Amino acid sequence: MKLSGAEILWECLMREGVEVVFGYPGGANMPIYDAMLNYPVHHVLVRHEQGAAHMADGYARASGKVGVAMATSGPGATNLVTGIATAMMDSSPVVFITGQVAAHLIGGDAFQETDVTGITQPITKHNYLITRADEIARVVREAFYIARSGRPGPVLIDICKNAQIEKTEFVYPEEVRLPGYKPPLRAPKADLEKAVHLIEKAKRPVILLGHGAIISGAEEVIQHFAIKTHTPVAMTLLGLGAFPASHPLSLGMMGMHGEAHCNLAIQNADLLLAFGMRFDDRVTGTLKTYAPHAKKIHVEIDPSEVHKNVRVDVPLVGDLKTIVSDLIPMVDEYEHDEWLEQIAAWKSEGDARSIMSWPDDGKLYVAHLIHDLWEATEGGAIVTTDVGQHQMWAAQYYFLEKPKRWITSGGAGAMGFGLPSAIGAWFARKNEEIWTVVGDGGFQMTAAELTTAVQEGANVKIAIMNNNFLGMVRQWQEFFFEKRYSAVNMLNPDFVKLAEAHRVPARRVTRPEEVKEAIQWARQIQGPALLEFMVEQEDAVYPMVPAGASLHEMLRRPVRQSK
Amino acid sequence: MQYTFVTLVENKPGVLNRVASLFRRRNFNIESLAVGRTENPDISRMTIVVDCADDWDAHKIEANLYKLVNVIDVQDVTRQPAVFRDLALIKVKARPEQRAEVNSLAQIFRARIVDVAADSVIVEVTGTEEKIEGMIELLRPIGILEMVRTGQIAMTRGAYEGTRRAPGANGNGWHGEDDTGLAEY
Repeated sequence: MKLSGAEILWECLMREGVEVVFGYPGGANMPIYDAMLNYPVHHVLVRHEQGAAHMADGYARASGKVGVAMATSGPGATNLVTGIATAMMDSSPVVFITGQVAAHLIGGDAFQETDVTGITQPITKHNYLITRADEIARVVREAFYIARSGRPGPVLIDICKNAQIEKTEFVYPEEVRLPGYKPPLRAPKADLEKAVHLIEKAKRPVILLGHGAIISGAEEVIQHFAIKTHTPVAMTLLGLGAFPASHPLSLGMMGMHGEAHCNLAIQNADLLLAFGMRFDDRVTGTLKTYAPHAKKIHVEIDPSEVHKNVRVDVPLVGDLKTIVSDLIPMVDEYEHDEWLEQIAAWKSEGDARSIMSWPDDGKLYVAHLIHDLWEATEGGAIVTTDVGQHQMWAAQYYFLEKPKRWITSGGAGAMGFGLPSAIGAWFARKNEEIWTVVGDGGFQMTAAELTTAVQEGANVKIAIMNNNFLGMVRQWQEFFFEKRYSAVNMLNPDFVKLAEAHRVPARRVTRPEEVKEAIQWARQIQGPALLEFMVEQEDAVYPMVPAGASLHEMLRRPVRQSK
Repeated sequence: MQYTFVTLVENKPGVLNRVASLFRRRNFNIESLAVGRTENPDISRMTIVVDCADDWDAHKIEANLYKLVNVIDVQDVTRQPAVFRDLALIKVKARPEQRAEVNSLAQIFRARIVDVAADSVIVEVTGTEEKIEGMIELLRPIGILEMVRTGQIAMTRGAYEGTRRAPGANGNGWHGEDDTGLAEY
């Protein structure tokens, strides 16, 4: 049977199990939108294509499935770029489908023609330009396979308008044939034995968990491994949730704004077991002094991450869950009580500085707010964030017991991610409570998606941490630029009125005693609701490892700031 | 130090651009790059010469090349027994009375004169980089009008293979049985 290219596209998307797409129509993808009406798929009309990209990303991270975002050619496609780069940096499986001008017009600077495959080449795992209808079925099949396998990532398919219209025989490819693409699974036995040898000798081991632990679905085997070898577990920003925060072996978050005792444990370790993490500069501090006494085992699915930032002693390239499962029967039970006692001593020293021990001084502190939100939701919500101070406080104080409940832009650090990713997550898990914690700056970058949330009835709760500052930049200017505040002071709209204009119920909270009741008020509402918290303006995130400093050289919160 | 990589890629549009962009993206400078078909029409072969600080850099290049879906195999042949060749066409200013001098130089280098015009000749020389550089130096005083080089190509001798430093890349040292098992993560 002959089908149009657009119909073939939808036939293939149905076979991939696509139920929802996030997008925006335009001149060059109209045949796709016309054919869509005949297929059982839900389309979410966003207000800006960046929103579509972040929603598809949020959907992918919350569901573990491939997200799909669509846009037209030219500006439609270029508006996706920030979202594509975000998905790339955080290994999120998203397929982007863009319209392109007709093949005979390519290269002629036609209306809304942009070299989208050229622009997105360095920020996609792979991309395709389709000029003929008969290429569509094979390419869509390959794109989904590439997006979700190995180290997941975004794949873009740019489809010329003529290819959407042309009719051709629809043949669904039975298999994917990619001679240059075979993701690794297992590490060789000899390498596993080398790793076991290091584990046996270790006195002060630390496991470092990254996003790969969650993507690989390895949380259970990692728990088994950590308990059997009595090894404490530190997590990267994107690894949070891979190991229960309440577990005695959990050290919490590492890195620039990580727990002090966690960073000290890494710096004093004699063995690091890096599981599905990539030694980003935000978790290592300066490499010259990073974990100087530690041997390093790196379990990683992407060969280009091995030895990239930190040279390791034993690389194990493959699927994390498979490799840790292979290691478990090879290791004995160990005990590291002395080491854990040392870490506990560092921790109790840090607790004295904790903002959680501060008495109520009538001001709103984000750390306290996040703690209240955590209590009110019993730690069970899906939390998405924007980027900045509020993101770090949310990471520090919303303690996660389970994976895939924490959705944040880590590698790219894309402001504007919070609200759209929450909407996307809602489409993946409609029965769960979803909160997005955002700052006043980032929220305004994609605030237009409030209306999308209303139109879709998305049950997401928005908590704005409003300090009328670009808080993280302000913090850096305070610490490293002699408090010369440059372009960080924000005149904000009335967020409550802004929300109400979008038909979103909203409240402003200015005093600590109002917080719990306001959170409960928002939780009772079906559909989106917004809370604006007027927080302490010049609070800073601690601990902080200044850029370029050693991981143990942290700026610590003064025992009690006198304000 | 200059490293030479032999890379097999799928013969598809845009692949050369992906490879070249990767070197820009990862901040490496390509010294020369030669591309052509192989005995298999679906596969092209690239010989890429890059300046690397050390073997760690070479590892980085190999592993990153494998990130490209169209790259099938990467070997570092720098220190392997291998044949390295470059071809140059050099147009030399030569009036009839100078032709003999150019011709005798060409004979020493086993080069050939492939075109003769009224006041110039084209010399074709094949060989290693050093040999071609040597010939250029001797022709320069006579007067080089124009020159073109193919860039280096390389092939290992006999059964030798190049070094592969990226275990796990595209099935290297890969011990799984089910190559679709990761699709459903």
